Amino acid sequence: MDNPVKKVVFRGGGFAPVTRRWVGFIVFLVLLLAVEWGTRTGVISPLTLPKPSDVLQTFAELYSSGLLFQHLLPSLSRLAVGAALGASLGIGVGLLMGLFSFIRAGLVPLVAAIFPIPKIALLPLFVIWFGIDEGSKYALIAFGTFTPTVVATYAAVDNVDRTLIRMGQSFGLSWLSIVRKIVLPGAMPGILAGLRISLAIAIILLVAAEMLGAEYGIGAYILEAGSLYDLERLFAGVVILSVLGVLVSAVIGAIEKRVLNWRS
Amino acid sequence: MELRLRGVGHSYGARAVLRGIDIDIPAGQIVCIVGPSGCGKSTLLRMMGGLEEPDLGEVLQVGQAPEDCLNPLTYIFQDFALLPWRTVAGNVSLVLEDHGVKGADARAMIEDVLKRTRLSDFADALPRQLSGGMKQRVAIARALVVNPAVMLMDEPLSALDSQTRELLMDDLISLWTRTPFTAVYVTHNLAEAVRLGHRIVVLSRRPGEVREVVTLEKPLEARAYGDADLEVQQKHLWELMRAEAAAADAELIGG
Repeated sequence: MDNPVKKVVFRGGGFAPVTRRWVGFIVFLVLLLAVEWGTRTGVISPLTLPKPSDVLQTFAELYSSGLLFQHLLPSLSRLAVGAALGASLGIGVGLLMGLFSFIRAGLVPLVAAIFPIPKIALLPLFVIWFGIDEGSKYALIAFGTFTPTVVATYAAVDNVDRTLIRMGQSFGLSWLSIVRKIVLPGAMPGILAGLRISLAIAIILLVAAEMLGAEYGIGAYILEAGSLYDLERLFAGVVILSVLGVLVSAVIGAIEKRVLNWRS
Repeated sequence: MELRLRGVGHSYGARAVLRGIDIDIPAGQIVCIVGPSGCGKSTLLRMMGGLEEPDLGEVLQVGQAPEDCLNPLTYIFQDFALLPWRTVAGNVSLVLEDHGVKGADARAMIEDVLKRTRLSDFADALPRQLSGGMKQRVAIARALVVNPAVMLMDEPLSALDSQTRELLMDDLISLWTRTPFTAVYVTHNLAEAVRLGHRIVVLSRRPGEVREVVTLEKPLEARAYGDADLEVQQKHLWELMRAEAAAADAELIGG
């Protein structure tokens, strides 16, 4: 009797991430075109969404009048100063919490207590503490970036491979060397992942920070457009914030590529 | 320099892991410690290098370490413990930096040790680019560069496949025959023990006690894979350990 011969059927496909470069861009484009079509034909009423082409035009006007940079520069400097303050303080405190059990025991509850406070609610207080001009804005952004950075940093220090630290001790490395050459580079992936989140929060808080005492700034521009129900300008401002977010994330991606090139 | 263990005992909480251990590690010899899993042999090794403190008894260092020795008690770990963000040369340089060896001196020492471990071509490679066997050779180079008085090896070949293990055993033997070093070699692999050990200390299951010390007279360089007399020794060791290992295997973990 002949045994039937059959090819083994392939069933191992899928479930593996593959990079598809342009799909994200196409989704974005299709959405925009759909909104443009909807607003033009009247399926979407002008009260619901502005025409994307009008938003683009508003943006072009903003650029040609020179107002774009008048708004952008103060916002960028607030973002840079506030986020730098908050992130560096957060990394410092997070490292101390990761390295010293006393400091950790003392600060973990405190961080847990201040993390969920909506920092926007504290803006009036910050105005009194740090002044109505730049001080309160720096403080708000710094405070908002501080807590997530702290949490990410001390978790990252926790995750450093203990066997590497034992190795350092067994070769007689000093405490400072172990921190500098083993703990810090080992915690770097976690710290950078944390920064991604903290800096996005910093951009969110930029709008809140410019609620009080700001004549110029992307946040002030958006808030003013919102109170006048000027949807074109509102959306132009929102697009700027989105682009800012994408840029920040790209910068961190570039830093990761450089600093973490030892990972496969 | 020699190591001497006197009445070493240790327990984790209520569970005794080691009891009344007396072992001498004579200079210029490799002492293998074998025993069933969980018998405390790795704990014992950590105590010899000062990474853990025994509850009872003491670990003594007899004699001075040589002048040029930067780190008398030096480990080689099972999982290599290489810094993934440093190159091969960088990993070796790490242990020199803290002992004040820098610049041209350090470069010469690194170059020399990489040549001895046949890693010269890989000085700029990152650990992730290396196979397991190569990684362990980097760890061996890192240990050799500090001129240790005693090498403490914690199952250094257990993470490797059997062919790589044979190659690295040959490497270790040729390193030892060129310049004899003192070493404690912890393993659960009896074939490694009879190839590398001048003395083999057999521990019982938990709480670990010394059951027997076997001395092998055959010189290291004369031993080879599959030697009949080594097979006999290995069989003898296995008979010593068999019942212990079976009993240790049947115990509940953490029970």
